[in-house]
Amino acid sequence: MTEIFWMIPFFPALGSLVLVLLGHKLSKKHVSFIACSTIFISLCISVISFAGLLKIGAENYPLVKKLFTWIPTHGFKADFSLQFDPLSAIMVLIVTVVGFLIHIYSTGYMAEDKSYSRYFAYLNLFTFAMLILVMASNIVLMFVGWEGVGLCSYLLIGFWFEKHSAAQAGKKAFIVNRIGDAAFLIGILFIFFHIGSGEFTAINTAISRGSISTGFATVVGILLFAGATGKSAQIPLYVWLPDAMEGPTPVSAFIHAATMVTAGVYMVARMNFLYSFSGTASHIIAFIGALTAIYAATMALTQNDIKRVLAYSTISQIGYMFIGCGVGAYSAGMFHLYTHAFFKSLLFLAAGSVMHALSGEADMRKMGGLKKYLPITYPAFLIGAIAISGIPFFSGFFSKDAILTKAFTNGQYFVWTIGVLGTILTAFYMFRLIFLTFHGKERITPEAKMLLHESPPVMTVPLVILAFFSVVAGYAGVPAVFGKKLDWFSCFLQPIFSRGREVHVSLGAELALILISSFLAILGLYLAYLSYIKRPQFPHTFATRFPFIYRLLYNKYYVDEAYDALFVRPLVRGSEQIYNKFDLKIIDGAVNETASATGSFGKLICYLQTGFIKDYALVFLLGVALFLGYLLF
Amino acid sequence: MAQFLFFLLALICVISILGFILSKNQIYNALCLVVAFTAMGGLFSLLDAPFVAVVQIIIYAGAIVVLFLFVIMMIDVRKGIPPEKNRWTLYLSVGISLVLAAEFAFSLSKAICFLKTPATKEIGNPTALGHILFTKYIYPFEITSVLIVTAIVGAIVLAKKREEE
Amino acid sequence: MIQPIYFIILSLIIFVLGIIAFFIKRDLITMFMAVEVMLNAANLAFIALTKAIGIIDGQIIVLFVITVAAAEAAVGLAIILLIFRQKKTIRTEDIQVMKG
Repeated sequence: MTEIFWMIPFFPALGSLVLVLLGHKLSKKHVSFIACSTIFISLCISVISFAGLLKIGAENYPLVKKLFTWIPTHGFKADFSLQFDPLSAIMVLIVTVVGFLIHIYSTGYMAEDKSYSRYFAYLNLFTFAMLILVMASNIVLMFVGWEGVGLCSYLLIGFWFEKHSAAQAGKKAFIVNRIGDAAFLIGILFIFFHIGSGEFTAINTAISRGSISTGFATVVGILLFAGATGKSAQIPLYVWLPDAMEGPTPVSAFIHAATMVTAGVYMVARMNFLYSFSGTASHIIAFIGALTAIYAATMALTQNDIKRVLAYSTISQIGYMFIGCGVGAYSAGMFHLYTHAFFKSLLFLAAGSVMHALSGEADMRKMGGLKKYLPITYPAFLIGAIAISGIPFFSGFFSKDAILTKAFTNGQYFVWTIGVLGTILTAFYMFRLIFLTFHGKERITPEAKMLLHESPPVMTVPLVILAFFSVVAGYAGVPAVFGKKLDWFSCFLQPIFSRGREVHVSLGAELALILISSFLAILGLYLAYLSYIKRPQFPHTFATRFPFIYRLLYNKYYVDEAYDALFVRPLVRGSEQIYNKFDLKIIDGAVNETASATGSFGKLICYLQTGFIKDYALVFLLGVALFLGYLLF
Repeated sequence: MAQFLFFLLALICVISILGFILSKNQIYNALCLVVAFTAMGGLFSLLDAPFVAVVQIIIYAGAIVVLFLFVIMMIDVRKGIPPEKNRWTLYLSVGISLVLAAEFAFSLSKAICFLKTPATKEIGNPTALGHILFTKYIYPFEITSVLIVTAIVGAIVLAKKREEE
Repeated sequence: MIQPIYFIILSLIIFVLGIIAFFIKRDLITMFMAVEVMLNAANLAFIALTKAIGIIDGQIIVLFVITVAAAEAAVGLAIILLIFRQKKTIRTEDIQVMKG
């Protein structure tokens, strides 16, 4: 039954098509049915294909289905072909499971919106593009998915485009991504130029046969990673993601937490043979990942917008995934991607539920004490926060430790140190969020309090399911300390990732590492408890004592301002000059002149159109005579 | 005998077409055409095509030209319209058609030896005609029938007087 | 037996007469009749060539020409009728709506 895997992406595409063409005529009930059922069919097929994949042996990987030849030119050939192997299977399952739950949740969250069908059309289109991205068997088709998700992200961030800030945020995300994508495209062209094919298997073969140099692999690796920094919001192109929170919250959960932003990690894992081959590129990835992990975590400390805290947290967690990929622990990186998809979408959906309860309020300063009003959202949020902080025996604990242990054993002590420091910060800002939102004094505005209510079941049921996954998902990859052969996840992915240098540490050392990071996570939790429950005036004292640090963090290191001054404003001013001097005078002038010349020539030709049948017949006769003469002589 | 018949029919044909050109009255025009087309039918039968000859007389002379007559009567232009006054169009068209005729004649002169002797094969048999029409040419035949139906419906729709007018 | 070349020459004469008639006449119906004359000239050429070559297919083509001419006459005359109802004229120099 695995052969039907190629059908997975096309049901959401069909749903999107129907919703785009007929959406405005359908009732909300039908729209939600179409949107959710298409994803559900894809989910069923993915589960069936996944079960089939487990049965066939590893020597049959990857399953490839070529649908048609897409670009058939000489020297640049690309097929529209999809593949299915453990890596794709895991991504497909994440996308369809999380996607399905978020579609369900959205039917409740967006119930009052006037552009209901447009929203679901975009969401289905996004699912299609994401599935193409993860199932593509060559890098060119992957790029199609890559751009497709970028487009949908733009459309959904700017979904409420009447709001100026939303339109601006969508534009920003699109342009920043474009910078990374340009590098990505150059990388693809390099690959084609040197290897002559974009198929992943062909690239793998070319590298294992040693037909390319390490320097080339480094250049290509860095170019592709530059694309990943755009899509996955890493330094220096992370600036779009916090602003992307202008979009609807389920979109933030689905696109900007669970799936699209992790595409960069998936890409690095997919090209693992390239990155294993080039140590320099791997080091750069690990370094950037570590830097981003701690940098974003510090910014999350001072934000007051509930979604922005989660956005910085996402950037930081993706940093961890890149640490995993950068130190050669691709399966650990993928494992964190997989657990993160559940608990981060849980956190976003729970945050959406909080905002829904408070009539759209996202400022934590106007929350507090919500624990008793939101009996389902609160425990769900708490589970998500525990999972992401790395408190033992929740999913985030297993995946983060897998990454940090691998970083330590591979001798990347600097990266490891930053990673564990990030653990304290993660626990601190997550519990700061919990304490400010759900505990302490009520700071809710009276109008919001009037309408305060727990969300309807369509929104809370996905929360419960995701909370369940956030707890148990980690048990797919239990570290060796707790018993041999329990790390099912990395065994499953083993055929994909070429064996890097495997340095095993003793179980004792591993246990020590786990204890250190667990201790630090709990320390972070305790610090948050101290500063927001025990002595709520402490953060304020701190801010007044060290105004410089506070302001630096609160203003996000002034990076947006710096980018604005360095790139955006000179570009805008230069463009204006060009617009005035070149565009208006030369281009427009040329176009206008051409148009008027065509017009006057047309008027001249007009005299030939007399309207008399006889004249036309005469010309016809002349033509016949001339043509016959030409044939004869 | 055959030569005599040919020249007689050819003469009738050409004279009636000249009459068609010179007469101003539309009714006379149509009647001239009936004569010309009937003579044409006679020419067809001289060429061993009896079935086509009969069809020519029945459909062309009998049906199509009569259709013209009906329309002439419906339109009812009291007095005929005098020939073209715009002389240069006329001269130009006559000139070009003479050039065309010269070209045809030139091309004929190349094939003249070939056209001098008729084939000895017997071709006038209507049975053979029917056979080939319903085997080799069955698709064109069916398509033509569809065309005819379309034309009839189209003509009725076009010519019908609308209720509101 | 008469040589087929004479028939073809005759058809040529009738064809040229048809063209001249088309340009001399000034009302749509008579011009339409001139077109029928030209069609008949072509038919005659077909039949003559059938006789000269000895293949019966030329006669089939003539049958089709006659059928199509009937269809064309029906539609064409309907259009002329319509034009007459709207413009109250069928003189070509009065009809000039397609002027550019």
